[in-house]
Amino acid sequence: MTVQASVGTTAAQAPRRRRPDGGRRRLFSGRKGGQAAAGWLFLSPTLIVLTVFMVVPIAMAVWVSVSDFSGRGSPWDANFVGFDNYAQLLSGEGLPSRQLGQALRNNLYYVLLVVPIQTAVSLGLAVLVNRRIMRGRGFFRTAFYFPSVTSSVAITVVFLFLFSATGAVNRAFSMIGVNAPNWLADPRGLGHIMLGWFGVDQAPEALRASPLLGVSWWDWLAGPSVAMTVLMMMAIFTTSGTFMLLFIAALQGISGEVSEAALVDGCTGWQRLRHVTIPMLRPTIFTVMTLGLIGTWQVFDQIYTGTQGAPGNTTMTPAFLSYQTSFVDSRWGNGAAIAFILFVIIVTMTIIQRNVLKEREVSKRKRFAVLRAKDARAAAKEVAS
Amino acid sequence: MKIGRIKVSTLLVYLALLIITFIYVYPFLLSIANAFKYDYDAAQNPLSLIPNTWTTSAFQRLFYHSDFPIWFRNSTIVALAVTLGRVFFNSLAGYALARLEFKGRGVVFSCIVAIMAVPGVVLLIPRFLVINQVGIYDTFAGLIVPLLVDATGVFIMKNFFESVPRAVEEAARIDGASTFRTFWSVVLPMARPAVITIAILSFQGSWNELSHFIVAARSAELVNLTRGVAGLVGGGLGQGTQFPLRLGAAVLMTIPVAILFFIFQRRIMNQSTGAVKE
Repeated sequence: MTVQASVGTTAAQAPRRRRPDGGRRRLFSGRKGGQAAAGWLFLSPTLIVLTVFMVVPIAMAVWVSVSDFSGRGSPWDANFVGFDNYAQLLSGEGLPSRQLGQALRNNLYYVLLVVPIQTAVSLGLAVLVNRRIMRGRGFFRTAFYFPSVTSSVAITVVFLFLFSATGAVNRAFSMIGVNAPNWLADPRGLGHIMLGWFGVDQAPEALRASPLLGVSWWDWLAGPSVAMTVLMMMAIFTTSGTFMLLFIAALQGISGEVSEAALVDGCTGWQRLRHVTIPMLRPTIFTVMTLGLIGTWQVFDQIYTGTQGAPGNTTMTPAFLSYQTSFVDSRWGNGAAIAFILFVIIVTMTIIQRNVLKEREVSKRKRFAVLRAKDARAAAKEVAS
Repeated sequence: MKIGRIKVSTLLVYLALLIITFIYVYPFLLSIANAFKYDYDAAQNPLSLIPNTWTTSAFQRLFYHSDFPIWFRNSTIVALAVTLGRVFFNSLAGYALARLEFKGRGVVFSCIVAIMAVPGVVLLIPRFLVINQVGIYDTFAGLIVPLLVDATGVFIMKNFFESVPRAVEEAARIDGASTFRTFWSVVLPMARPAVITIAILSFQGSWNELSHFIVAARSAELVNLTRGVAGLVGGGLGQGTQFPLRLGAAVLMTIPVAILFFIFQRRIMNQSTGAVKE
């Protein structure tokens, strides 16, 4: 009931927004003026919801990030504190700053490993599935895509089970006589483990300094923890299906003549992939990497459901830290500031990546339009997963 | 000889595909199987697809001794309301942006695209603040209304309506139909493929949504599936406790989207491909 009522009011507010006078009557005329009224009327529910729940929140978050809001009463009544929240987070001193540093480190490794691997895996799957002579293409496509439609919560539960101490993965390892770690409770960083192979078990004197966000060089080098690698595998598992579909579409767009010409010229399958297919797929690779970058910086659901940042803060991500700082620790100013720092990172890295992978054949404008369409879909997926 | 080589390579591809399929499918089969085991059986034989002793105790506990039915109900209400709302509002907005001529149309469209680019994580905290200020915190309205519009859907509908020949509407207009009538009885029925796409995406999206529900409500009466099941797991780190219960919950919550997926899989996968074609 409440729902219907509120939806009703949203719709009812619509005509008031523009042309409060007889907008409804003009609808019947079908002339230009009528079209304008109808246009605004049709758009009004969308615009109102977007404004109230997207634009206003952003404005409010900007304010909260420079205020001392503590969660009680209206945020507008809080005091202005300038850039204190940001300064505290970026100073490198104190717990909030160190936590942010760790979260950024964890997520940075997550991005650096997940984005290239998921791009490669989805491209590989697409190439395998897209062979024309093959039977059962639909079946394989369905199998690879299915993880993408399930909720991140359900998948996280499944992975917690698979990688638990007594779980399926460790059982499989023990069957072949390998001692596997207790994955999700293991805070050791892969970087540190690898350094350990060369006898470097402790931080060398030179790496003890903490130059950046209160995290020492040694800890920056830790790499993703064993626990985090489970979450990275999960990310690859759940997103590769979606990106595979993007690649399949692009592959089908490559004309048969091109591949046939290559075939006639005596190229092997691998050469064709390397010198014909992949160069032609560059726009799609670019898109997939951009979408991957945006998505992987926003890891939240898996952390909330699974590890809550443990063990040893090694699965903490900025997105979850921002939530926890605000809702659990009631330091709303800090929480909002973390969200904006993350926002700046996402925008910056996307721009950097765009410039690095710049593609000249496709005109900028066209690519932007195409990218937007895909952005939209993947954004929906990202929300869904 | 050439034929022989092609066959070998094809066989290798099939073999690779089967191994990968195993990796992608086996976790789901394991989840289903382990949901029917007793706790100790799941801990002892996590890899086996056949329980030593079949039991539905996990499901019984979920249905009779937990809030699972309430979560399921809430998820259903929210997902259906969001789906209906999005189909209606997205197609209205998409039609206006594609077909109706008025000043500011381009600006509105650019704004929608710009908003689309804002990462959701930035909105998490402030959305809670706004929901609180508007006075719909901890109500169904708070769960549903903020999700009613998504820029993606507007985008898809706009693209679709642009592909509908104008002649159809002209005919309706000449017959004296109002703009809304033309939209509702002439153009919208033609948009069925796009509408179904939006419906699927919306249902799936709102069914699987987590972060918004975390910040939009607090009371036990308004917990939905993702939040409830996440809470069931919360904090448990890898110890083999109660996995049948958790897996059972995960399996049950996946069933509706899985059904939707298998019914509409051709359309879902073609849509993703369609949206990408230049």
